[in-house]
Amino acid sequence: MNGLHDMGGMDGFGPVQVEKREPVFHHCWERRVFGLVAGSAARRLAGTTAAFRFAIERMLPSHYLRASYYERWLTALATLLVEKGVVTREELVGRAGDSFPLSQPAPVLHIPTSARSQAPHFVVGDSVVVRNEHPSRHTRCPRYVRGKRGTIVRVDGAFRLPDVAAHRDVPCAEPAYSVRFSTRELWGTAAGATETIHVDLWQSYLEPA
Amino acid sequence: MSASDDGYDHGPKGDHHHPAPLTDVEVRVRALEELLREKGLVDESFIDAVVSAYENDIGPLNGARVVARAWVDPAYRGRLLTDATAAIAELGYAGPEGDHMVVVENTKVVHNVVVCTLCSCYPWPVLGLPPTWYKSAAYRSRLVREPRVVLREMGLDLPESIEIRVWDSSAEIRYLVLPERPARTEGLGEEELATRVTRDAMIGTARP
Repeated sequence: MNGLHDMGGMDGFGPVQVEKREPVFHHCWERRVFGLVAGSAARRLAGTTAAFRFAIERMLPSHYLRASYYERWLTALATLLVEKGVVTREELVGRAGDSFPLSQPAPVLHIPTSARSQAPHFVVGDSVVVRNEHPSRHTRCPRYVRGKRGTIVRVDGAFRLPDVAAHRDVPCAEPAYSVRFSTRELWGTAAGATETIHVDLWQSYLEPA
Repeated sequence: MSASDDGYDHGPKGDHHHPAPLTDVEVRVRALEELLREKGLVDESFIDAVVSAYENDIGPLNGARVVARAWVDPAYRGRLLTDATAAIAELGYAGPEGDHMVVVENTKVVHNVVVCTLCSCYPWPVLGLPPTWYKSAAYRSRLVREPRVVLREMGLDLPESIEIRVWDSSAEIRYLVLPERPARTEGLGEEELATRVTRDAMIGTARP
């Protein structure tokens, strides 16, 4: 989905703020959230990693921006546990005493169903174009490379396509690649001449150039 | 921070006798945790073990040992660059977010730097959990657009003659940068070299 999470190339966030000697967790509640997410994953309560990421992406944009990293984890975990029927929204709100903001429901989605090839269609050195598609489902094809031309620099193994795995826990592996783009292809002539951006993309996202 | 008996901070002004009210997010965490516990779905010892592992054991020193080994052992460096997952596992490091590792090597003319624009993917077994800046909107939005400017702002001023390669870990591969061995370290042993390797050098926002 074209959500706020897809941040590559956005303006306005200012300089990167670095905290010296940062602790692993800043608050006790962050430890609890990390542990609850890990524990829920171990018990398979909340679905796949892709489903977890999609639950974060479905947060209201204003909530996503305001929330810290572990508040996003909390919101995604609670959302998936409600959607799986492990807890109810009423239980959460009743226990929290006020409100318990969850992610927005998933829209009606088109999920790819066609058989996928586990055989790589591309080799290192091939020119490719990223398909210019804007699905409302979960996807790991960032907006900033859609429609752009790049070169395959590495062929990786076959991994589950997140566009399917986020929505259906079914076999859906296909090859992924590292694709090299020049910054000028992505950002125009004002970009640096000696910088390259590599994005890891599944085969479904690509077509021959 | 001081943990109170129930495991929550009670805010910065809280103390044992006059705890500050819980923040909104603390209330929500406690609500979810209580519900899951009542349903028998919380394993305290598992949570304690996983939190302790990432606070005490799984951190950048692991990656630093990998880098130091590659600096002193050319055969290991070769294995690291061709099958990073297996080479890292030789030193005992493996686990979630480390199943498919790729190591990218800095040279005199190439500098590598890693980001995850879509979330915050990061090689946990060798670097631990990511710092806040790596997860920030500023880093995720800007590194792929103006990497040289971002690195300069973060204290790494690279001349135009050095190519910057940015790696957006948008799929299943997790990246570790192999920095160049610093000059005048010929006499140092592997353990001492490891102390020179910083977390940021292995992300690529610094050099050792």
